[in-house]
Amino acid sequence: MSATNVEILKIFIPFIILLLIVGFYYILATRNLIRILLGVEIITKAALLAIIVVGYVTNNIPLAQSLAIIMIIIEVFVVAVAAGIIIQIYKRTGSVDARNIRNLRG
Amino acid sequence: MLALFVLIPLAGVLILNLLRFDFIKKIACWFGVLLTLAQIGFVLFVPLDLMASQSGFFGRYFASNFTMDSLSKLMILAIGIVVFAAIMIGQFTYSDDTKRFNFLNLILLALAGMNGIVMVSDIFSLYVFIEIVAVASFVLISTYKDKLALESTFKYIVLSITATVFILLSIAIFMLISGNTSFASIGDAAKNPGNSTLVVIAVCLFICGAFTKGGLVPFHGWLPDAHSSAPSSISILLSGVVIKVTGIYPLIRIMNITGGGGEPVKNILLFIGALSIVVGALASLGQNDIKRMLAFSSVSQMGYIVIAIGTGSALGLAGAVFHILNHAIFKSQLFANAAAVEKQTGTREMDKLGGLALKMPVTGGTSIVAMLSISGIPPLAGFWSKLLIIVALWQGAHYTYAFIAVVASVITLAYFLMLQRKVFFGKLAQGLENVKEAKFGLVLPALILALLTILIGIFFPLVYNKLILPIQSILK
Amino acid sequence: MNLILAMLVILIVAALMVVFSSRLLMGAISLAVTSIMVTLLMFKLNSPFAAVFELSICAGLITVIFITTISFVKPVAEEDLLEIRKRRIKKYMALPVILIIAGVVMSFVIKPMILALPATGQETNFANVLWNLRQVDILGQAIILLVGVFGIVVLFKEGQKK
Repeated sequence: MSATNVEILKIFIPFIILLLIVGFYYILATRNLIRILLGVEIITKAALLAIIVVGYVTNNIPLAQSLAIIMIIIEVFVVAVAAGIIIQIYKRTGSVDARNIRNLRG
Repeated sequence: MLALFVLIPLAGVLILNLLRFDFIKKIACWFGVLLTLAQIGFVLFVPLDLMASQSGFFGRYFASNFTMDSLSKLMILAIGIVVFAAIMIGQFTYSDDTKRFNFLNLILLALAGMNGIVMVSDIFSLYVFIEIVAVASFVLISTYKDKLALESTFKYIVLSITATVFILLSIAIFMLISGNTSFASIGDAAKNPGNSTLVVIAVCLFICGAFTKGGLVPFHGWLPDAHSSAPSSISILLSGVVIKVTGIYPLIRIMNITGGGGEPVKNILLFIGALSIVVGALASLGQNDIKRMLAFSSVSQMGYIVIAIGTGSALGLAGAVFHILNHAIFKSQLFANAAAVEKQTGTREMDKLGGLALKMPVTGGTSIVAMLSISGIPPLAGFWSKLLIIVALWQGAHYTYAFIAVVASVITLAYFLMLQRKVFFGKLAQGLENVKEAKFGLVLPALILALLTILIGIFFPLVYNKLILPIQSILK
Repeated sequence: MNLILAMLVILIVAALMVVFSSRLLMGAISLAVTSIMVTLLMFKLNSPFAAVFELSICAGLITVIFITTISFVKPVAEEDLLEIRKRRIKKYMALPVILIIAGVVMSFVIKPMILALPATGQETNFANVLWNLRQVDILGQAIILLVGVFGIVVLFKEGQKK
């Protein structure tokens, strides 16, 4: 645990938070379902980086790598199902505009 | 031995798919029913030590990773009951054989995932199994691929992934302070007073994720849409266990392990719980669709559970966990009634229904039982759990919150009375003259669940001593 | 250290390119570029296995999934490309401003913070950790694989007309 480890952590934290801001802003502001999925991918990458950098600074890289690998695999399946849903929405309604899915009031 | 709860449904799915006979598709659902009955029987009649023993063939694998304490035992009981009801309703509401077979495969995998959630002792494995249940629910909701279901599934996906990212960030912070992801090491690290700020941040992030998955206000946007546009048996699954097992149970575990995170976290829980109770109850008053009203009622009841956890006392925890079990039973039964009404009359809108009490007596009778239980009328089960919650609030000197809980109970009674009047009593609506009672298979789960509600209410002291009291031992 | 800082800045720039892309295809490719930057960062942080997974799956498979989805879908608006670009820049103008403000605020808050890190690190063999300690997660992955397969089958198989 050297001083540079803490420095590395201190450099990563602002950038991870910035990446989260980009992702969340994109999800809230965009109208296109596929772009919402892109935003979701961005925030997942931020979480991935967070786990890896925490593993690096606590000298626990094997654990962090295993967790990261499992996270990536799970993310693939979720994105695949979400893409399938978008394609089915397009087949049923002819557009992927998010304004069309405001039918049900939350 | 405990791994069997996860491995047997998995093996069942593999076997069912490898045997390519046509009649398998017809009898598949009964295999699922048998499995869930076995799970309920196992958890009720086999003592805890025998189940957790690490000898024997299966005991050696995953031995140190699956544990079961009394909270898990109660959750597995609730999971077994609700999945049993969901499979039985699914047997009679899916029109297509292939769709029913896919439904059974996915619900067995979701069952394996849910059993896994309540038995792991590691926060990252908790995330993995939560994702299994989430992906299975995405697919199950959108089985019929109609427009409404697809829209609500997409909303659910986006909010679920946001919740997952919050949970992952909190796992990263927990790893930072403790170096490992198991519950034991997180608990040890949380006791260290130097870590307290980081623990509070991590717990807050985690509970944001858990609130979203559990459907609490203000993250409840996906819940009414998803629960009302899903097929009937999936609504039972979602409202009955999924929101509790993926939302409330992780919340209880984290609060338990990290010692609660102090006063600010408890105040957040109390406030969000009260907010959900009020918003859910008020929103239910204005609904026309039966299932949408039941979905908002679920939001309200989740608020009750969270506000009880927020008191931080042993009595509050007991009330919360008992309410989890009760809500699983009576909400599943209400959705089963809605499924019967929808199948026999073809509509779910209360404006178009009326006077069904004479035509569908069993459905009407069981829904009255559920209504009394959910509003907290003695001697049914719901009365006891709401009493525990309100007493815990009173003892913790949260008088305003106790008052809100009591008033919301009255509002609950009001909107369910409105449901009864519009659907079952009153004049027989047009076009409903030929409606008969639903098939026996559809009515049987509702009967069993109503019977359970009555029995748990009458035999409350027995249930309390056997199931609820041991849970307080997890609070140290 | 400076290399890591440069890679992080390029990462944020790539994410901004995803936001400001006017065509969906550019957005998917910018996401692949973001994944490549994450891979490089992971290499720098001594995580070669995770970096390889990230490269092949996120920069590869997920980009293919996105491009497949985009090819199914007609473009949303049939206006001039320049018009779309101007509208998008106007809509997302607030984002870089927010980012710069947040960056400045954080650099003042985080620099003086004192973080104590536990000196851990028992297992150093990656294969041992993955296959022996994380067995439950591997089981969970197998289950989610089955769920994914059934999910794709349910979503894409049209019902047979009887």
